Amino acid sequence: MISSKTWPMSLYIEALRRARLGADEVFVCVLWTIGLVASLIVGIIVAVVVVSAAPALHEIAPWRFVTDASWHPAHGRFNLLPMIVGTFFVAGGALLLATAFGLAAAIFCCFYAHRTLAAVYSRTVELLAGIPSVLLGFWGLTVLVPIIARLQPPGASTLAAILILALMVVPTISLVGITSLHAVPQSLLVGADALAFSKWSTIVKVAIPAAKRGLVSSVILGAGRALGETMAVLMVSGNIVQVPASVFAPVRTLAANIALEIPYAEGLHRSALFVSGLFLTAIVIAMLCCAEWLGSDTMHE
Amino acid sequence: MSKRTVARTFDWPGTVLSAAPILVCLVFVWIIGSVLAHGLDQISWSFLTEAPTRSGRAGGIGPILVATALILAVCITVALPIAVATAILLAEFVSSKHRGARAVRLSLDVLAGVPSIVFGIFGNAFFCSFLKLGFSILSGGLTLACMVLPVLIRTSEESFRSVPLSYRLGAFALGFSKTRTIFKLLLPLALPGVLVGTLLGIGRALAETAALIFTSGYVDRMPSSLLDSGRALSIHIFDLSMNITGADAAAYRSAVVLLALLLVINGIVICASNLWKRLAGLTAAV
Repeated sequence: MISSKTWPMSLYIEALRRARLGADEVFVCVLWTIGLVASLIVGIIVAVVVVSAAPALHEIAPWRFVTDASWHPAHGRFNLLPMIVGTFFVAGGALLLATAFGLAAAIFCCFYAHRTLAAVYSRTVELLAGIPSVLLGFWGLTVLVPIIARLQPPGASTLAAILILALMVVPTISLVGITSLHAVPQSLLVGADALAFSKWSTIVKVAIPAAKRGLVSSVILGAGRALGETMAVLMVSGNIVQVPASVFAPVRTLAANIALEIPYAEGLHRSALFVSGLFLTAIVIAMLCCAEWLGSDTMHE
Repeated sequence: MSKRTVARTFDWPGTVLSAAPILVCLVFVWIIGSVLAHGLDQISWSFLTEAPTRSGRAGGIGPILVATALILAVCITVALPIAVATAILLAEFVSSKHRGARAVRLSLDVLAGVPSIVFGIFGNAFFCSFLKLGFSILSGGLTLACMVLPVLIRTSEESFRSVPLSYRLGAFALGFSKTRTIFKLLLPLALPGVLVGTLLGIGRALAETAALIFTSGYVDRMPSSLLDSGRALSIHIFDLSMNITGADAAAYRSAVVLLALLLVINGIVICASNLWKRLAGLTAAV
């Protein structure tokens, strides 16, 4: 049988290209047109967001988004800094938690758990990943926030946002983590065994370094998701524009800010919100590109 | 790996690490359990069919289910043909090193990374304002179509790629044209995979709130056309829990419906894709 997966397919494509018939050319043209439309969508999105953000970018100097006195768009003050800090605070906290739990779970599933148990965990986490953000937010609002409020009012806080967001990111990190730990060549693990490494030192000294790129890319992938998440965070974070003084203080993220203010925003205010959307998109896409680059390198090894 | 022999001492790292997956699963059970406990007993046929009254505090979710179904229908009707065509192009006609194909893939990867709230404001600015569709089911469905397109294309492409090369060579040897090979041979074989991908896309679309809230709108009466505003189920839950006081019970009831729909859809997707992997493993072994 043909073992390599890539070259025979490309030979087939090449052969088909040479044997091209009239009707097929029309079909290929149609396909290319549709493919072009599909790939133009992202261009249209960026264009629309940039055009909508243009008035604010034109009239407000870029540094004013971090140096203005406050966020009062109606009064011409456009300081996004509290929201930017809040976003990174919430996303960072969630990532820290989710990375700890996600990687621990991935290591457990790959090296300690029975196959069935690992499969049960994977399926559960896949289902967890499918729970809509609005449901997690609602659960956070009705279950988690009252619990936190008992510890330290008001309850709707950075902590609540971090916990809910961590729940949304854990599936990504542990599933990608499991995949990349499984991709560690068996020979490395057998070698470690032959050198009488304990199981724990095999994991720490051999498996994790070997899977490092995949693991890092899983965390970045999670970060992309954490930064862009809107509804769940909006529902539990209290949404006060401030740099949170503690984890119990309310916070507003960039995405939540857009969702809260777009309904009534006009003119420059609306435009400024599109600027923050553009900023958010740029960061998330940069992170995903990083993850992609790291991930694809693991594949080649 | 799991059957490696180790000295039978107390394995503390394993014990400590086991806390993480157990805790994650427990929280998962907690979430599902608390939603079901508060809302399951109040689900009835009349709840699913009646119109909401008193801003959703009482009554049912009939019009909301209809609006949700219409939004999903628009989304899939628009996205699926584009996705399948692009998948055929990427899987069957261009090699993965082709420059155009790489550009298409790159743009789809970027599209997959755009945060959902940005889809929302894009849809609001483009479909609602620029194309003058207003807050409508059409705007919402089109916005979602843009959003699920990368998922649909990726899963469709994979299912085309999973058809063995020998089938294509056989068709080629019989003098089938490319077009004929695709419509008569590959499309039927790839169809189950495409359908699973579609379900996955529906699951994503059903779970979405941020992209819909500024495109399909809030109106909770029965939509009369695709240009009418319609409230999706996820937005209904959001609205009940955030904007309407004393509607938590109603929100729980709607949450049970959404959760049930999603667990069924995602359950089917997960089972099917696992079955897939096992079958693919079998054919590879033979």
